[in-house]
Amino acid sequence: MKTALKWISLLALVAVILPPFLYFKGSVSKPMMSGIMLAGTVLWFATAPFWMGRRQEE
Amino acid sequence: MMSEDASQPITSEFEREPVSQSHLLGFRSFVGQYAGEHTAGTELAIGPLFVAAGVSAFDLVAGLLVGNLLAVLSWTLLTTPIATRARLTLYYQLEKICGDRLVLFYNLANGVMFCFLAGAMVTVSATAFGVLFGFRMPGLNDLLPNSVGWVVAVLSVGAIIAWVAANGFTYLARIANWAAPWMVLVFIAFGVVGLKDFMLATGSGISGWGDLVSLSQTVIWKGGEALPGQVKFTFWHVMFFAWFCNMAMHIGMSDLSVFRYAKKSWYGLATATGMYLGHFVAWISASILFALQLHLDASNTDVLPGPMASKACGVVGLLCVVIAGWTTANPTIYRAGLAFQAVLPKVSRFKVTFVTGMVAALAGMFPAIAMKLLGFVAIYGLVLMPMGAVIFCDFWLMRRFGLVPYYAEHVGLRFNWAAAVAWIVTLGVCVSLVMRGVIGLYFVSLPGWFVAAALYLLTSFLVQRRRVTGVQIR
Repeated sequence: MKTALKWISLLALVAVILPPFLYFKGSVSKPMMSGIMLAGTVLWFATAPFWMGRRQEE
Repeated sequence: MMSEDASQPITSEFEREPVSQSHLLGFRSFVGQYAGEHTAGTELAIGPLFVAAGVSAFDLVAGLLVGNLLAVLSWTLLTTPIATRARLTLYYQLEKICGDRLVLFYNLANGVMFCFLAGAMVTVSATAFGVLFGFRMPGLNDLLPNSVGWVVAVLSVGAIIAWVAANGFTYLARIANWAAPWMVLVFIAFGVVGLKDFMLATGSGISGWGDLVSLSQTVIWKGGEALPGQVKFTFWHVMFFAWFCNMAMHIGMSDLSVFRYAKKSWYGLATATGMYLGHFVAWISASILFALQLHLDASNTDVLPGPMASKACGVVGLLCVVIAGWTTANPTIYRAGLAFQAVLPKVSRFKVTFVTGMVAALAGMFPAIAMKLLGFVAIYGLVLMPMGAVIFCDFWLMRRFGLVPYYAEHVGLRFNWAAAVAWIVTLGVCVSLVMRGVIGLYFVSLPGWFVAAALYLLTSFLVQRRRVTGVQIR
């Protein structure tokens, strides 16, 4: 479960950083870029708390 | 300062004893902590102020590369060698050298500085609410709040931050941890989007390194005169600013409390993550956004991270401004509260921290601090730097000169005049040099360190000789 969450979190970070570069290349519009970044942000904050820093707490 | 999981204040353990071997931490703990801590809300104000200071592309990039390298070396060669040998908190080490009464004055100075710094972070966060609610926000040269909406926003943001710092510091420290990787990426995104918007605004394309350099030199960081009311920045200003903006932490030795947990003294190199992500990438990204704003409307000189971030990345940009300001203001207020609590030990930590937070909010209401952040950060380092020189000399040089280190502890002093004279006279000399125009504010801490070191050794010689003579007479 934790491994799956980590992969989803990683995907979320990709969704935050990739769209600006696609916008730079002209592949996506700015509203599209902002929307994907927002989805990535929501996904990151929804998944990261379940595995980040957990090891130390345990 | 944060502990190993960056969620517990380090002050909870080993306050008055060296850190034990079993609690030492690996290199990675410091890499993450510095990357997160130095990608803060204030970076969004500092980057634009470089552009307002009329910096050129070469001066900015070269100055930041060299200045940040010097900062990393200062941590590695000055702070961590002492931290990993003594393994004491800054406050306990200072108490052994200066006596507890002088440390109270140091705490007071430290607390006041943290308060103003947190105020600037509250200011940054509040600019995001200006975008949402459309109230009037302060301009580059405004010293006072200029709308009711601004006052209400800053006080509201400040009150929430103060309450959380006083009540739930640990929880927000966790949120700060979760936010750190995301925030670094959003800062990078600001730069990439800003660059693309520049290309669209100027009609230029970037097909290679040469085009990027040309755009940077001719459009983004053109150099020339600073905006009215700002000091003109050259390579030397940028380099010294990047080196000294965290002077309180490295040369001033505040981070002894952090690196006392490091296994090896070379772990100071971990600070490079904070310097090159926060103080290079984030500053450059934020400065691109402000340069774009000026390019589109030369009369719009307002340094308002909220609107700039919103134009670049929409809601995510606004979230970044709020979270970056909030997560860094929170521990800063907590630290300020701890410093003040040492001065007022009978008052509860909750009350002290909450009042400290509200004072920070009041300070943040006045845009003078955030708009003059470059100067304030230089003053912050200058005020705490002399005590770093005192610790350095006490640790490495006292025995070589036949003097007794940790003198206050050795003879039971509560106020070591040698350290007090080194601190106060150095500040007096530095302020006088700046006021008379002999040397600029951004540079004065370098000669100031040598003045403090020489004064401490000289006055220690006088204090210790007098005391020994007194003992012999008795």
